[in-house]
Amino acid sequence: MYNVKVYVTYKKSILDPQGEAIKTALHRMEHQDVMQVTVGKYFEMQIKDNGQNIDEQVNKMCDELLANVNMETYRYEITEAAKVEE
Amino acid sequence: MKYSIIRFPGSNCDWDMFYTLQDVMNVTPVFVDYREEELPENTAAVFIPGGFSYGDYLRSGAIARFSPIMEAVKRFADSGRPVVGICNGFQVLTEAGLLPGALRRNDSLNFICKPQKLTVENSQTRFTSRFNLNQTVMFPIAHGEGNYYCDEDTLKKLESNQQILFRYQGNPNGSTDDIAGITNERGNVLGMMPHPERASDALLGGADGKLLFQSLIESVAQNI
Repeated sequence: MYNVKVYVTYKKSILDPQGEAIKTALHRMEHQDVMQVTVGKYFEMQIKDNGQNIDEQVNKMCDELLANVNMETYRYEITEAAKVEE
Repeated sequence: MKYSIIRFPGSNCDWDMFYTLQDVMNVTPVFVDYREEELPENTAAVFIPGGFSYGDYLRSGAIARFSPIMEAVKRFADSGRPVVGICNGFQVLTEAGLLPGALRRNDSLNFICKPQKLTVENSQTRFTSRFNLNQTVMFPIAHGEGNYYCDEDTLKKLESNQQILFRYQGNPNGSTDDIAGITNERGNVLGMMPHPERASDALLGGADGKLLFQSLIESVAQNI
C-alpha cells in the first residue's frame, strides 16, 4: 500500500487570480511581507500495490485527470504504507 | 434528422437549447442522457449545453468527459460531423481534448452574467455562414470560468487556421487574445462561452444567436 500526496497549481506563466486576491487580503491584515501566494489543489490517495510501477501510475493519473496540463503543473510524494493483511 | 442535446447531471441550459431548436428553428431536438453509449440514429449535430456538469468538481468539465456518452460524441466528431459546446459545453470539449486550450477562472474572480458584444472573426464556417465578417453581435454570457487560455504555439495555429470565430469586445474575463469561441482544426467542433441559444428570439432581448443555428442547419441540409 502506498500513501500518495499530489499538489496541483497553475503553471508559473499563468496568472493565479485567487492567489493575487489572497495576497492583497494578507497585506490588508498587515502581513506586508507576503511576497507570493499560490493557490492549488491537494489530493491524498491510498493506492494498493499491484506490482506495477507506482510512479508511472500516479504520473498518468495527474496527466489525465488530476491536473489540466494545459495550464496546471503538479508534484507528488509517494510513501510506502505499512503492509495491510488482506 | 435529429439534433442531440447531451444532458449531464448538472446541465441547466438543456431546455434553452431544446426550445431554440424546436420552437425557433423548427428542427427536431432530442435529449440524450450521459449514461447512453450511443447517439440516436440520424443525429445531425450534437450540442453540449451550459450548466455545471458534475457540480464543476475538480475543474469545470473535467469529470463529464468520462461519461459513457462522450466516447460516442468523440466518434461523431472524428467522423467530421458538427459538435457544439456552449459555456460548460466548451469546458467539457477542452477537457475531452476535442478543442485546444483550457478555461480558467475569470480574472476578476467574479461570476459574470450580462449581455456581451462580440465580433464575428470568421464568417466562412458551417457555424457562421449567416453572419458578416466583423459583424458585432450581442450574446449573453454567464460564467465564472470563461477565461480562455492556450499557449503561444496553439494561439498561432488558431489564428493561421482561422479557428477563432468570435472575439469579445471589451474582454470581460481575461481570455487570451479576447477569444470567445473557437473551432478545432478540422472546423467541425465549436466551443464558445457566450450563449447563442439565449439570444435566439426577440422576446429574450435579441435574436443574433439565431444566425448561428441557421448557419449550422443549412450546412446540415447541404451536407457540408
